[in-house]
Amino acid sequence: MDKLQVLLALSVALFAVGLLGVIIRRNMLVMLMCMELMLNGVNLSLVTFAHQMGSIEGAVLVFLIFVVATAEIAVAIPVVLLLVRQKHTLDLAAFTSLKG
Amino acid sequence: MAPLLTLIVVLPLAGFLLNGLFATRFGGNRVGNGFVTAVACGAPIAAFLATIACLLRLQAGGYAPLTETAYTWALIGGKSFEIAFYFDRLTAVMTLIVTGVGSLIHVYSTGYMKGDKSYARYFAYLNLFLFFMLMLVLGRSLLVLFVGWEGVGLASYLLIGFWFEDPAKAAAGKKAFIVNRIGDAGFLLGMFLLYQTLGTLDMDRINAAFNAATLPAVSASLVGILLFIGATGKSAQIPLYVWLPDAMAGPTPVSALIHAATMVTAGVYLVARMSGIYSHAPEASAVIAVVGVATAFFAATIALVQTDIKKVLAYSTVSQLGLMFVALGVGAYGVAVFHVYTHAFFKACLFLGAGSVIHALSGEQDILKMGGLAKKIPITFATFALATAAIAGIPPLAGFFSKDEILWFAFASSHGGSTLLWLVASITSLMTSFYMFRLLWLTFFGASRMSHEVEHHVHESPLSMTGVLAVLAVLSAIGGFFALPHFLEPMLPLPEVVPALHHYETTLIVIAVALGFAGLAAAAFLYGNGARRADALRQRFPFAHALLTGKYFVDEVYDLLINRPLLWVSDRVLLRFSDRVLLDGTLNGLAAWAQRTAGTLSRVQTGNLQLYAFLALAGIVVALVWTWAHV
Repeated sequence: MDKLQVLLALSVALFAVGLLGVIIRRNMLVMLMCMELMLNGVNLSLVTFAHQMGSIEGAVLVFLIFVVATAEIAVAIPVVLLLVRQKHTLDLAAFTSLKG
Repeated sequence: MAPLLTLIVVLPLAGFLLNGLFATRFGGNRVGNGFVTAVACGAPIAAFLATIACLLRLQAGGYAPLTETAYTWALIGGKSFEIAFYFDRLTAVMTLIVTGVGSLIHVYSTGYMKGDKSYARYFAYLNLFLFFMLMLVLGRSLLVLFVGWEGVGLASYLLIGFWFEDPAKAAAGKKAFIVNRIGDAGFLLGMFLLYQTLGTLDMDRINAAFNAATLPAVSASLVGILLFIGATGKSAQIPLYVWLPDAMAGPTPVSALIHAATMVTAGVYLVARMSGIYSHAPEASAVIAVVGVATAFFAATIALVQTDIKKVLAYSTVSQLGLMFVALGVGAYGVAVFHVYTHAFFKACLFLGAGSVIHALSGEQDILKMGGLAKKIPITFATFALATAAIAGIPPLAGFFSKDEILWFAFASSHGGSTLLWLVASITSLMTSFYMFRLLWLTFFGASRMSHEVEHHVHESPLSMTGVLAVLAVLSAIGGFFALPHFLEPMLPLPEVVPALHHYETTLIVIAVALGFAGLAAAAFLYGNGARRADALRQRFPFAHALLTGKYFVDEVYDLLINRPLLWVSDRVLLRFSDRVLLDGTLNGLAAWAQRTAGTLSRVQTGNLQLYAFLALAGIVVALVWTWAHV
């Protein structure tokens, strides 16, 4: 396996771990962290491919994504906090008001 | 040249706006009753003077019609619809009647309505009526006439229901409005047909088209009958006359102006104005003559036994309008207008006299509770008696001339005259004479049947009322000497008389006069002696009396045949079935079905976020696998 393959395998592993976490874990904060893992797995593959193509734009785009992701998590955490305030728990099972 | 015709029409409108906007409760009562009186009476009097100026101008121009376009209403594909006014001999006569009698009745109203809390509203409506009536008679095209036609209907509705706190009076207003709508449907169809064929609604052009060498490609009789249906509504002919007796719920001067002198003659004016069509429509003319004579006869029989002073006069009006239509039906258009003119004087005088009596008796309208008033209110009595003699056809008063000419042409016209028509019309005029003198006797002669309290308060009306009565009485007396049919003859030629019948003319006049006096004698005989003979007669024929008192139960029959089925269909078929079952049922059913389905499907939504995420993942995986396998 050359370097690129290792990096791509790592990115797939990060994505898979993140996905698994989102589906299995019940703690909302952990789920948010898993989502970040998935995002960074994709980021890694993006930067890897950019390196392979020898283009600088991919690397620049990754920094852009970091900024947006930071903003996104800055919104998501307060949402979680507000939810916790309501039900005094981080357990997702407590939040099923969309049940038909 | 100053736009005099427009001025005639606009003056009452200005009066309506001024009084309506400043003096009524709607306008905040910003000005007093003095202003209201000045504006309300000033507008029609000024319009009357302007009409005289127009007449002089017409005369100076050798009676060539004056036309004036006030406003272009619409331009559609090269066709223009204009608010244009037209002034010829016929218009001159009608406008003089409307503004002249209208002015007098406005002046009378200042006395009659004094102290009413809606004084300004009353005069605003009265001026509004005059505005629309002048649109009607001055309009050049049928469209403008129709605007006026509907407008006078509106004003009539507002004034019949003037004291709208009383539900019966409000209902009478509605009845008048709705019955007139039925006639208007016919009028509209006639207008559509004329416009489709001729491409114009200008009445002078329509008449010219029908008088041209080649007749237009439309049945004159069909158009004539459709327009006549409109006339039966407005002019209270069978079968649409039922609204007029109920219309007496309005203030008495309104009955005099709208429901005797002017508005109800609009139908007569329409037919006379459209004489070009009717002279080529023998079938329509025959229908008009028959409906007219039947209405005249039936209304007269009902008037024989009525005991409400205004109801007698109302049925008398229906009957006299019937006679006018007889004249129209036999082609004597000028004679019909002559009767409109004399009728305006004596019937306005009678109604206003009745108003004066009601005023004197503090609101009493039942002639069985009157009697012996001749000495107490002498001016009212004198004028009422004169007008009664005029309507009864006693020579040489106005009614004699016009009625005699109607009877003559009903007998001898080569355009549909017949002995039978003459006979029925003559019996009608005998009855007219009888019921009018009966009214006079029961009201003014004999012993008083008033309650003590009412009798104590009897008083002659103020000068504003008696003065108008005197003027109208004089006009009723001398109005017949103006030979109106000959004035109108250049534009409304009289029908030719069957030559063989010429020598009957004197005989017929003698018979007409004899009938007038016979009615007087019969009334004096039956009611002169304390009405004992009349009572005996009533007891001998209880059935006939009940039938006549019940007005042939026409209202009840209409109710049974038209109102109830309509109500039943509206309630059962339209409301309960169509609306509630069919429409609401379909919509509610659809909604309920959607709700049930949604209830079932909503179980899929567990609210578990992680399940959603897993399902989304599963979906993506399946899609990927499928793509990989197939592409």
